[in-house]
Amino acid sequence: MTTRIDTRFAELAKQDRPAFVTFLMAGDPDPSTSLEIIKALPKAGADVIEIGMPFTDPMADGPSIQAAGLRALKAGMTLKKTLDLVRGFRKEDNATPIVLMGYYNPIYIYGVDKFLVDAKSAGVDGLIIVDLPPEEDEELCLPAIKAGLNFIRLATPTTDDKRLPAVLANTSGFVYYVSVTGITGAAAADSDAVSEAVARIKRHTKLPVCVGFGIRTPETARAIASHADGAVVGTALVDALKSSLDAEGRATGKTVKAVADLTAALAQGVRGAQQAAE
Amino acid sequence: MNIVKPNSYRSGPDERGHFGIFGGRFVAETLMPLILDLEKAYTAAKADPAFQAEMDGYLKNYVGRPSPLYFAERLTEHLGGAKIYLKREELNHTGSHKVNNVLGQIMLARRMGKKRIIAETGAGQHGVATATLCARFGLECIVYMGAVDVERQQQNVIRMEMLGATVMPVQSGTRTLKDAMNEALRDWVTNVHNTFYCIGTVAGPHPYPTLVRDFQSIIGNETKAQMQEIEGRLPDSLVACIGGGSNAMGLFHPFLDDSTVEIFGVEAAGHGLTQLHAASIAGGRPGVLHGNRTYLLMDADGQITDAHSISAGLDYPGIGPEHSWLHEIGRVNYLSATDDEALAAFQLLSKLEGIIPALEPAHAIAKVLELAPKRPRDHLMVINLSGRGDKDVPQVGDILRGKSQ
Repeated sequence: MTTRIDTRFAELAKQDRPAFVTFLMAGDPDPSTSLEIIKALPKAGADVIEIGMPFTDPMADGPSIQAAGLRALKAGMTLKKTLDLVRGFRKEDNATPIVLMGYYNPIYIYGVDKFLVDAKSAGVDGLIIVDLPPEEDEELCLPAIKAGLNFIRLATPTTDDKRLPAVLANTSGFVYYVSVTGITGAAAADSDAVSEAVARIKRHTKLPVCVGFGIRTPETARAIASHADGAVVGTALVDALKSSLDAEGRATGKTVKAVADLTAALAQGVRGAQQAAE
Repeated sequence: MNIVKPNSYRSGPDERGHFGIFGGRFVAETLMPLILDLEKAYTAAKADPAFQAEMDGYLKNYVGRPSPLYFAERLTEHLGGAKIYLKREELNHTGSHKVNNVLGQIMLARRMGKKRIIAETGAGQHGVATATLCARFGLECIVYMGAVDVERQQQNVIRMEMLGATVMPVQSGTRTLKDAMNEALRDWVTNVHNTFYCIGTVAGPHPYPTLVRDFQSIIGNETKAQMQEIEGRLPDSLVACIGGGSNAMGLFHPFLDDSTVEIFGVEAAGHGLTQLHAASIAGGRPGVLHGNRTYLLMDADGQITDAHSISAGLDYPGIGPEHSWLHEIGRVNYLSATDDEALAAFQLLSKLEGIIPALEPAHAIAKVLELAPKRPRDHLMVINLSGRGDKDVPQVGDILRGKSQ
């Protein structure tokens, strides 16, 4: 099975440049603006798009992404509408990989089998489910692989060499290295520590390793990406979106552009990593 | 669902932390190694006689155990049916059953070399118990408490601060117990290296539901021995209130295989089951939150909905996974009591027995008012009086004077 994620990382490897992975919340600040934002990302330089599935109790997220989820829920977002969003994006773009990221309960309630069929047909390529460690692989990971979706696992600073094989066993697409112990939007990672951790993970797998948490600026993105196969930015983009909203939290004429502009600047940073590495 | 009755109701969970389909370890990868460490440390502690001996010493001389099993003569006369006993957990140091579990977890934290303790709290009873034992053992203590609960349980906030703990009011989500738990998990994931998360109820990822149950089982074990001594036999029924369900599980678990003992758990029905409430079994369905699969209050999209109870300690949209299993398998009968029923029971027990109960066990008493009259005079009924009402006096006083609600 080859997904758009596999194809995209193979292309990037050929060009010898790291991936720029963006994260935004589905339906933030409303479903139609959210679709416009996501459509604008590839042109602005996103290589892989992660879309958050809103949840009331995101226990691994910091205040920015918590608030983004609540804005989306308030705007009437549901898991079904998140899949509609992906379907809308796929009408114009059949190459950029889409990864859904979130928590298990909404999927469990939707129905795992039905969700996997609907997600695949909507054009989803992979899943990152924060509260499903390898110990719970039977819940969603194994059925997802069977359905032809990548299940992308988070590895963290607490995932030691003894545990890494279990974490990597059913992982596909790429490995998401969480650079700091903490929640999204936490302090920036130290690039030496990241470099060491990525090298350690690469001793256990041939999969690309992308690094996220704590990357906010083109400079950090460049520094981190020079040690990895990709850099993920979420909170900074969500913050840019939020600061473009009006006092009632509604989208303005500046919203799509605010996200696209920061995406472009960060993408430049990541692309700069290629030269830095040479 | 096809349910096979087990040989024993006391053998769970399996090695992966499942009680039937409930329980499990639904946590972020950062926490997974810690949870495995905790399981290992707990298994080792259980096998170490020195651990139990040290606990026993503190339980006797610091907590004040055993707690009495008291014949509530006037309540019994008033209801004219079952002979009612109160298991007096409200007499424990810190005023509730919470201290039984906290002592166990703090001893474990010390064995594991952790110096920083975090906890979530609803009514503040678990927070006070944690702050107390952290003071006793010289550990740093941070308690997460929903901002709404900080407001309605001021006295416990002051107690925790006097004990040297830092109380962190939680402004996210609904600003009650579930959000306090989210925030505690966020702290834990950030400070994994030096922090022990002292969970207050029989919920969370495996092994918490098991270890909290084990530490609380002293309630049921004592009750069994005391009833044997007083009446020469087993009780006929047990009644306890349930938020997460730790006082109930502590009383119930030692009796689960005694088939003659009827068991009743009482959830908080708030304004009524068709309105805002906190009765996860009566009004929820299985889902995944806070590390375990269990009955939860949620909407059609799997979003967690607001719970409501007059009692901050029951104001949680979930329940411990072992309770969900005991419900599905039919061993425990889960009922619910409304805010108004609990308030009436609160006043009745105060006036009849001179014991002001916490609003949480007032829910159990409320159902006893219905259950006891229907049972014969030789029927022995035990209520877990899990906490004292001092913390609720200002709130109840305001309500009775018509100032709020």
